[in-house]
Amino acid sequence: MQKLTFAGLTKSFGAAPVLTDVTLTLTAGRIHALMGENGAGKSTLIRLIAGVLRPDAMQVLVDGQPAPLRSPADAERAGFRFIHQELNIVPQLSVAENILLGRRAPRRLGLFIDWTRMQARARAALAELDAGHIDVTAQAGSLATGDRMLTRIASALVADGADPVLYVLDEPTAALTAGESDRLFAALARLTARGAAVLYVSHRMAEVMQICDDVSVLRDGRLVLQSAIAATDRGALIAAMTGRAVSDAVPARASALGHAPAVTAETPHLSFSLRAGEVLGLAGLEGAGQSQVLRLILGAARLTAGKLTVLGGPLPRTPAEAWGRGIAYVPGERRAEGLMLPMGARPNMLISHLKDYGFWASSRAETQRAQTLAEQVRLRATSVDQPVGQLSGGNQQKVVFARALAGAPKLLLLDEPTRGVDVGARAEIHALIRKASAEGTAVILASSDLPELLGLSDRLLVMAGGRQVDLVDKPPSMTPADLLTLVQAASQRTHA
Amino acid sequence: MTILTRLRQSGTLVGLLCMVVFFTVMRPETFLTAQNLLNISQQISMLAVAAFTMTIVMVMNDFDLSVGSMASLAGIVAAVLFANDAPVWLGVAAALAVGLAGGVINGFLVAYVRILPFIATLGTLTIFSGAAFLLSDGKTIFGRDIPAAFANFARFGLPIGEVKLPLMTLMAALVLGLVWLMLEHTTFGRRLYAIGGNPVAAELAGINTRRLRLMAFALTGLGAAVAGLMYAARVASANPTQGSGLMLDAIAAVFLGMTMGRQGEPRVLATLVGILILGVLDNGLTQLNVDSYVRELLVGAIVLSAVALSAAGSRAR
Repeated sequence: MQKLTFAGLTKSFGAAPVLTDVTLTLTAGRIHALMGENGAGKSTLIRLIAGVLRPDAMQVLVDGQPAPLRSPADAERAGFRFIHQELNIVPQLSVAENILLGRRAPRRLGLFIDWTRMQARARAALAELDAGHIDVTAQAGSLATGDRMLTRIASALVADGADPVLYVLDEPTAALTAGESDRLFAALARLTARGAAVLYVSHRMAEVMQICDDVSVLRDGRLVLQSAIAATDRGALIAAMTGRAVSDAVPARASALGHAPAVTAETPHLSFSLRAGEVLGLAGLEGAGQSQVLRLILGAARLTAGKLTVLGGPLPRTPAEAWGRGIAYVPGERRAEGLMLPMGARPNMLISHLKDYGFWASSRAETQRAQTLAEQVRLRATSVDQPVGQLSGGNQQKVVFARALAGAPKLLLLDEPTRGVDVGARAEIHALIRKASAEGTAVILASSDLPELLGLSDRLLVMAGGRQVDLVDKPPSMTPADLLTLVQAASQRTHA
Repeated sequence: MTILTRLRQSGTLVGLLCMVVFFTVMRPETFLTAQNLLNISQQISMLAVAAFTMTIVMVMNDFDLSVGSMASLAGIVAAVLFANDAPVWLGVAAALAVGLAGGVINGFLVAYVRILPFIATLGTLTIFSGAAFLLSDGKTIFGRDIPAAFANFARFGLPIGEVKLPLMTLMAALVLGLVWLMLEHTTFGRRLYAIGGNPVAAELAGINTRRLRLMAFALTGLGAAVAGLMYAARVASANPTQGSGLMLDAIAAVFLGMTMGRQGEPRVLATLVGILILGVLDNGLTQLNVDSYVRELLVGAIVLSAVALSAAGSRAR
């Protein structure tokens, strides 16, 4: 295969058009970026070419020859492989079993699974990705996020039928650290070198500029820009995505810090104090303990030794107590930990604030408040009763933010606040954080998005191996690369 | 999509209407009469109370297998006290206290010891049942041991024109009203639905999930005891197995109702529709002289087909 064309992609749900006459041409050996804000139609496009969703119109041409695409089985036969945003691995099974999941396992006597051959196939697939360090007999649940991603890609490599001609990756680096992302990019380079095309969906401007060859931008279901990467730039892409000029730079602090201490930590692993209005950034590699610090202060994890004073009182014993005392939390995994997906934005936003209504609930007051909050965070939903599971990632995150901000919190705990969120929503969320901080809310921010961490934080607490290794006032000249060096040095010191 | 969703949501209600029409056509003289409808309402009142309160835990995606044996135990507790000359109020109060305590135990096991509801309430089902057998020596308590004042509750009714609205029906309506108010119009209910939507998210968002779980199970246990007392009053006797049919029917009724939820969530008014389906079926089949075992077959088939249709409806998009 040299050229793969999806022509005239059109799909509407009911009366609402989601994709209108989009044509994508993918070339063997090249990585094609697909960009657009949440809700622009990227997910729908992927589901159409995966055969999961019936298109209103679509023509698939492989080197100019029409190919049928009516079901996921057709997509599989055509050699299309999909690696979705949510990592679907089965944690209880071994890495080898996960890689061959859904394939016919090699057998002995046609009956018993041939584990040796199965593991050999899995090992071979991982080796192609230069991921030979992953133990194929390990339980997949025990792997780090980056290794899980590589396992998923290896699984896409193992094909029963046709050789893979197209890999579609949806936000693959959303949960990866910088090092893990680099390994993924190397793996993608190997795939394209073998003659496959890659369709790469990402919000992260830097990595798109770094690894992609071509780019298509969707806005409101239409193709608004199609170009070689070399022939465009950041500003043009952002303008195409948002339809307006939005800076992806993080807004700087415009207000003075308060003085009242919000958090004072004196434990064997943590030692810092945080003032009202201050933003403390937790830096570190993925899993260095940042989330754990937030959960500790929320009362969802136990402190084993030392003393932590929060808002002038002891550490909350439960999240319920924490929220009651003006501590708000945005969890890192919004679908698993943040949202009641089948329910509307209204209950999702107000769930932490029901005590404001006493014993009797009031649908009218709740709806009014939810609508006000929805406006504040610029939520895009058909109504505050639309199930949040139907919203785009950025809008889901805004719902979680609206919940956190609704009670005018004194302390805001943020875990990856813009993970998997488009550039427009990201800017809006940054503005919300700035505004809360300006109003005196102390913020503790854990983020693997280094420009964001650097842009928002007043001070940086560097973590490695579950403990604080450094606490620095942010030098104005610091760049994301400097911060990465700092974090990696800290991590190496701890492991040495 | 909205039409399909509506169809899915209303399918169960349409099914109920079809059954009513069918039995009306087959037994035009006797089925759709005020007296028969009141009979149905009284026949289903005990199951209704158990199912309405079962809805409370099912809102959180939990369920309680022990309601049937709790109903039996509550009836036995009251009857044993009556047999020892205790006044009616004391027997009733003790039975309700036992129901509440049993529910608290279920809630404690599920919320604090973190045992899966299926296993926790399977265990207490056996314990409550054993306790009922122990207290009663395995015998039925009846006749003069049951005071008339207690049994009369099931016979009396409020006269309305030519018919009487049975107190049992009023009792079920009262429980329905209370559960409806609680689930739909209190912040307590909002929190329970949030736990059902995502227990982890609810906990992290500041919901005291453990305490709420315990309270919900306590209310379900209390409801089971009320149902057990109503049953004992109706048959003017108590035996250690008389509530055993309640559990499956109560869960079936809630499941039938869940097919009507917007997102497949339990709503107590929808549970009422589920109850009515079971009640109309029972009454109609009896009038048609159909073997009562056939009823079991039909109930199973109806629950499965309603849930299957609802699943198909929510998949088709």
